[in-house]
Amino acid sequence: MKKLNKVVSVVVASAMVMAMAGCGSDANSGSADAYKIGGIGPLTGDGAAYGLAVQNAAQLAVDEINAAGGVNGYKLELNFQDDELDAEKSVNAYNTLKDWGAQIILGSVTSGCCIAVTDKTKEDNMFQLTPSGSAVACTQYDNNFRVCFSDPAQGAASARYIGENGLASKVAVIYNSSDTYSTGIYESFVSGAASQPFEIVSEEAFTADNKTDFSVQLQKAQESGADLIFLPIYYQEASLILTQANGMGYAPKFFGVDGMDGILTGVDNFDKSLAEGVMLLTPFAADATDDLTVKFVTAYQEKYGETPNQFAADAYDGVYALKAALEKSGAKPSDSISDICEGLKAAFVEISIDGLTGEGIVWDAAGEPNKAPRAVVIENGAYKAM
Amino acid sequence: MKTAFMTKLRSNKALKSNLITFGMVIIAYILMEILMAAGVLSNLLKGLLVPLCVYAILAVSLNLTVGILGELSLGHAGFMCVGAFSSAFFSKCMQEAIPIAGVRFTLAILIGALCAGLFGILIGIPVLRLKGDYLAIVTLAFGEIIKNLVNILYIGIDENGFHFSTKSSLELNMSENGKIIIQGAQGITGTPNDSSFTVGILLLLITLFIVLNLIHSRDGRAIMAIRDNTIAAESVGINITKYKLMAFSISAALAGVAGVLYAHNISTLTALPKNFGYNMSIMILVFVVLGGIGNIRGSIIAAVILTLLPELLRGLNDYRMLIYAVVLIAMMLFNWAPSCIRWREKMTYWLKSKKPVKNSGKEA
Repeated sequence: MKKLNKVVSVVVASAMVMAMAGCGSDANSGSADAYKIGGIGPLTGDGAAYGLAVQNAAQLAVDEINAAGGVNGYKLELNFQDDELDAEKSVNAYNTLKDWGAQIILGSVTSGCCIAVTDKTKEDNMFQLTPSGSAVACTQYDNNFRVCFSDPAQGAASARYIGENGLASKVAVIYNSSDTYSTGIYESFVSGAASQPFEIVSEEAFTADNKTDFSVQLQKAQESGADLIFLPIYYQEASLILTQANGMGYAPKFFGVDGMDGILTGVDNFDKSLAEGVMLLTPFAADATDDLTVKFVTAYQEKYGETPNQFAADAYDGVYALKAALEKSGAKPSDSISDICEGLKAAFVEISIDGLTGEGIVWDAAGEPNKAPRAVVIENGAYKAM
Repeated sequence: MKTAFMTKLRSNKALKSNLITFGMVIIAYILMEILMAAGVLSNLLKGLLVPLCVYAILAVSLNLTVGILGELSLGHAGFMCVGAFSSAFFSKCMQEAIPIAGVRFTLAILIGALCAGLFGILIGIPVLRLKGDYLAIVTLAFGEIIKNLVNILYIGIDENGFHFSTKSSLELNMSENGKIIIQGAQGITGTPNDSSFTVGILLLLITLFIVLNLIHSRDGRAIMAIRDNTIAAESVGINITKYKLMAFSISAALAGVAGVLYAHNISTLTALPKNFGYNMSIMILVFVVLGGIGNIRGSIIAAVILTLLPELLRGLNDYRMLIYAVVLIAMMLFNWAPSCIRWREKMTYWLKSKKPVKNSGKEA
């Protein structure tokens, strides 16, 4: 039996070597008549909803652009790789895309993974545009740009909005302390609130391990007399908070950020009437009536059978921004990765996009988009501009 | 001299087995280096070389607890987490003070191993009083506690020294030019990229050296005696607590080393359920079980196969994780199902009986 073990290990080892050598040989076998865009995001596991939305919307945009004649006469090609919401896997996904011959990276979808990938794209000088990596460090290098707002921008904008419109005098915050997105917004909200005419009376955290029962956090908010609860969290937990607050007979105002988008469509068995009056600051509303949004939402629903969320909108805008920048820079698919990157870096600060997440979006050299956040309130089961 | 070595090798089965294990790792290293120099290694595999070392070290170190000490530990990722965060913290602080990467990384490895080993002793003292399922559950809890503690830890540094908080980075009361090092759930970003395949292989060899030597030493035999029969071991005067703690803390320290390697391979370090939670602990346990409990070489092979598999299956897109699970089940059945073992024994018997026939044919 021992002998057989040895035989098996030798066979397996040699099989692996063959597999490795095989993988090596098909690197860079890409066609030279298309721009190769590599997407990275979580397609399985906890964050799959975000990654799939980005993948679907990016594919939709790529198909539209190709149907309309492509960019500079060339087609776009998208290869989307799974990172399982894990930084190490995200780097693996990036390396896979490099083997495929990717020239531009669209991703990663989540902040932690995105930061890990920025180091690698910097090394290779490959252009990286993240649709939704909102942490500050996601655009730490000059080749990194993003479509969404950064965390500090969202937190500070929320504090300003609540203060300037006199929405409340006592504010409670419930946030997810194990999530980078949530803590990032929470911290910038608290520092932004210092100069505003309201007071933060309760700051309660929860973690990814106990995100089903919020009665303690809600009770503390109620006892402290808060008349508005700021929720810098995703809609799944927010829906539970709304339900549980209703069960307690506690009815403060609720204010969310872009993670709240999806509360009307994304949760099963959620009584949508509970979301009435919830305010949120979001760059995208799926039921907006402008032509672009209507066209996007119908196309998305037709193809994938669900309503797109803000991740999808960010990805869709991202692909169109890449198209505009590629046209501006005049880069060809046959150019080297580094040349394409330099061209895009220069072009990105010059372009202006009318997208789903804002009109006239422009970028600065640090990679931050400049667009106005829109505050909406949920009325009769639909978003309404405030 | 050579013949003396050969006879010793023939008579000493353990030495032979150890040499095969070391040789396997060294040959794998040389092979990879050649492939890399020839430029035929894909980017994906180049990127995977360090993680492979990390998981191999983890599997070997857990095998010390599970296979040699005979206690089921489900908190191994917790020790890896301690090693990763303590060393990344050190590297981040010393990035300017010690500009030579080699020196800084060596110190970081020592610090990571030391901290994880210390946690191993601290946790081992209460936990090792338990046995079997109870011990497994408590180690699981400790792993989760470590992960959650790291998630609320905020540490910053400015000209007044270190600032600590468990609430938020705002509570650190830092001066203007202060620098936040550990930022709660956002973890540590910007750890220097010091890990390399060569360092990884060296650490794996050191791990193997420590574990294999321990197994074949007097202490190792005492540890295995405890595993096989605690009462008998106690009756001949073996200090149960001492040896249990020894194996457990060495195992923890080696997991810490793997954590150091992990932390210095990617620039972001966050304690998620995925990388330092029970998912990872179970994953390491799977390596050990699949490779054979107590079989060090098997652990390495299993860790390498199971880490490579999901990456090599990327071509299958949506079916990737499904196929991975099916392959995992098939491998487990092949290794451990009684009917499979019987079939394998039959095959070995058949192979053995075939050989002499071949030889006699040649002679004739």
